Amino acid sequence: MSTPHHDASHHEEEENYLTHDTTIQSWLLTKDHKRIALLYLLSITLFFTIGGFFASLVRIELLTPAGDFLTSELYNQAFTSHGVMMIFFFLIPAVPAVLGNFVLPLMVGAKDLAFPRINLASWYIFMAGASCAVLAVLSGGLDTGWTMYPPYSSTYSQSRVTLAVLGVFIAGFASILTGVNFIATVHRMRAPGLTWFRLPLFVWANYATSLVMVLGTPVIAITMVLLGLEHLLGFGFFDPAKGGDPVLFQHLFWFYSHPAVYIMILPAMGVISEIISTFSRQKLFGYSFVAMSSLAIAILGFLVWGHHMFTTSQSAYTGILFSALTFLVAIPSAIKAFNWTATLYKGSVVWETPMLFAFGFMGLFLIGGLTGLFLATMGMDIHLQDTYFVVAHFHYVMVGGGVMGYMGGIHFWWPKITGKMYSQFWSKLSALLIFAGFNFTFFPQFILGYMGMPRRYHSYPDEWQVLNVMSTVGASILAIGYILPGIYLAHSIFFGKKAPRNPWGATGLEWQTSSPPPPHNFHETPIVTTEAYDYQSLPLSETPEKEAEHV
Amino acid sequence: MSSVATALQHHFTDFKQQKESVVLGMWSFLVQEVMFFGGLFGTYAVYRAQYPGAFALASSELNVNLGGANTIVLICSSLTMAMAVHAASKGDRAAIAVWILLTIMFGSIFLGVKVVEYKEKWDHGLIPGIQDHGLQFDHEGTPRPTGFALYFGLYFAMTGLHAIHMIIGIPILLSLAINGLRGKYGPHYYTPVEMTGLYWHFVDIVWIFLFPLLYLIGAHVGAH
Repeated sequence: MSTPHHDASHHEEEENYLTHDTTIQSWLLTKDHKRIALLYLLSITLFFTIGGFFASLVRIELLTPAGDFLTSELYNQAFTSHGVMMIFFFLIPAVPAVLGNFVLPLMVGAKDLAFPRINLASWYIFMAGASCAVLAVLSGGLDTGWTMYPPYSSTYSQSRVTLAVLGVFIAGFASILTGVNFIATVHRMRAPGLTWFRLPLFVWANYATSLVMVLGTPVIAITMVLLGLEHLLGFGFFDPAKGGDPVLFQHLFWFYSHPAVYIMILPAMGVISEIISTFSRQKLFGYSFVAMSSLAIAILGFLVWGHHMFTTSQSAYTGILFSALTFLVAIPSAIKAFNWTATLYKGSVVWETPMLFAFGFMGLFLIGGLTGLFLATMGMDIHLQDTYFVVAHFHYVMVGGGVMGYMGGIHFWWPKITGKMYSQFWSKLSALLIFAGFNFTFFPQFILGYMGMPRRYHSYPDEWQVLNVMSTVGASILAIGYILPGIYLAHSIFFGKKAPRNPWGATGLEWQTSSPPPPHNFHETPIVTTEAYDYQSLPLSETPEKEAEHV
Repeated sequence: MSSVATALQHHFTDFKQQKESVVLGMWSFLVQEVMFFGGLFGTYAVYRAQYPGAFALASSELNVNLGGANTIVLICSSLTMAMAVHAASKGDRAAIAVWILLTIMFGSIFLGVKVVEYKEKWDHGLIPGIQDHGLQFDHEGTPRPTGFALYFGLYFAMTGLHAIHMIIGIPILLSLAINGLRGKYGPHYYTPVEMTGLYWHFVDIVWIFLFPLLYLIGAHVGAH
C-alpha cells in the first residue's frame, strides 16, 4: 500500500504538473485541469481584490453619517462594482472553477476532466467576460446595483450598462461549460470500483452545482440579451410605457440569481464535508443524506426565486407559495449542518487551519441560513426588504459560507496543489481574524437593518453611527485576515516545507498521488475498493504524524 | 486506420468511454440551449397572454408563405443531416460530403429567405428602436395597440437568436464535410458528425415551435 509512496519521496526530482514544462505558452495553452485551476485561481484573486477595493470605499463612506467621502453617484458605482465583481467574477467561479477543477478529476481517479479543451476555453471566455466588466467599471462605472433592475439599467442609467451586461453574458458561458464538463466527468470518468455512493461528498456537491449552472445560467444570459436590447434599442420588454413589465425582469433575473446563491454555497458545503471528515478521522455521518441534500438544494433552489419580490406587484398568493417553498430549502441545509456536527461526535478532532475555517463556516452559515428564514416570512420581509438586514444576511451566507468554504478548501488542498506546507501560526491567525472581523462587520448590520437603515445610500441619521463605525472597524480586521493568506501562501511556495503525499492523513484518491501530482494525475489508474472516508481501514502509516516523519 | 487511432484522446481509456462522455456532454449542452431559448419563450408567453389581440394583429404582418416554405426547407435540412450521420457511420466519404453540403445548402436557403423577410419588415418600419414608424401607426395613421411593438421585439429576438445558431452551425458543418472527404469518419468513429447532427436537429426543432407561435397566431385567433 505505502510502497509507491516511499518510492515517490525518495525521487526528489520527480516530474510534476508544475515542472514538466515551464514556458508561458505551456501555461496559456494548457489542457491540464490542474493548471487551468491555477489560471482561475490567479484571475479570481485579482477580481476579489478589485471587489474588495470597492467594498472598502463603501465602508469608508459609511464611517460618518454625512455623505462626504463619495458623491451619491460615485457611491452607487462603488457598491455596484463591488457586487458585480464579487458575485460574477469571484464567488461563482471560486470553488467550482478553482478547487473543483483541480480536485474533482483527482477525486474520481481520472487523468483529466472529460473535455480538457473546453475547460481551457471556459477560462478564456471567463477572462473575456471579466475584461468587459472591468472595462465597464474603469471607463465610467456601473451605477445600477448588481441586480441591474430596469429602469435603473434601461431608462435612467448614465453608465456603462451595455459593456457590463455583455461581460455577465459572456462569463455565463464559462460557468455553463464548467458545469457540462463536470457532469460528463462524474458520469463517465470514474475510476474502476468508484460507484456513485463511494464518491467523496465534494464531488456530489460539485455535481449538484453543475446542474444548477447548466439549468440556470442560460436564463441569466438571455435576460442580459433582453436587457441589452432594452437599453440600447428600447425594445420595451421591461418598460411599462411600451406595455412591458419591469417585474418580468426581476422574475427572469432571480430565476438564475437565486440558484446562483447555491452555485456559491453548495460546492463550499462540499469542501466542509471533506474537511470535517478528515480532521475528525471519521466517516462522514449520514453520507447518503448529505449527498442527496445537495441535489435537494439544487432542485429546491429553482423554486424559490419569488421571495426576492415580496414587495413588488407579485400577488400575495404567489408570495405565500414562494415563502413556503423557501422554508423547505432550510431542510436539506439543516441536514448537512446536523450531519457535520454528528461527525465530530466521538471523532479525533484536530485543530488544523482548514478545520478552523470549517468551524467558521458552520457558525456563520448557521446565522446566515436562519436569518434567511426571517426574510422568507412575508410579513417580516415587508419590514426588512432593502435594509441592511438583507445585506448582513446574504454576506453571512455568501462570505461567511461561500468564502469561508473556499478559504478552507484552499488551505486543505494547498499542499496538494503546490507541494508545500504553509505556516500553521499565520494561517490559524488569519482564520481567527477572518471569523472575528467578519462578525464585527456584519453583525451590526443586522441591527441596523432591523432599525430600518436602507441599503444603497451614502448617508444616514447620526444615531446609527456607532454601529456603522463598528462595521467599518470589523471590515478593516477582515481585510487584514484576507491579505495575510496572500502573503504566507505566496511565501510557502518559495520557502515552505515540502509537503508529503498525504499531509492530513485523509482518505480521498487525491491524497494517493504525489504532491504536486504528476501531469496525468496518477501513474496507474487507481482501483477503488472501499467507501469514501473509510478511516477504519486506512493503514496506520497514513496518520498525519507518520506522514510528517517522512518529511 | 491511423486517423481513427489518434481520435482517442489521451485521458479516455477507450472509445466507448470517449463517446459516452461526448454524447452526455452534448445533451447537457442542449439542455442549456433549451433554458436559453426558454427565457425568450417565457417572455413571449407572458406578453402574448397579456396582449392577445395585439399579438394576433402583429402576427398578420408576417409573410406566412415565406415562413411556411422555410419550415419545409429546414425539415429537409434535418433529413439530409440525418443521412449525413448515416453515411458517416458507414464511412462513405463521398456520401458524407454530399449530404452535409446539401444540409448547408438548405440552411443557407433558410437564412436567405430570412433576409428577405427582415427586409420587408425594414420597409414596413417594423424594427423596434431602428426603423419603427410602422410600430407606432399603421399605413392609415391609426395608432398601433399596446403590445404590438413588444411582439416585434420578441420576433426579432427569437428569430435572430435562432438564425445566429444556424450561422454558427454552418462552418462546423463545412469542417465535417472536409474531414469526411479525408476519411476521418467510419464505423468506429463518427461522433463529431453525430453531435453536430444533434445540434442541427435542435435548432430545427426550435424553429418548429417558432413558426406557429410567431406566424400563425392570426389564423388561430381569427384576427384577419
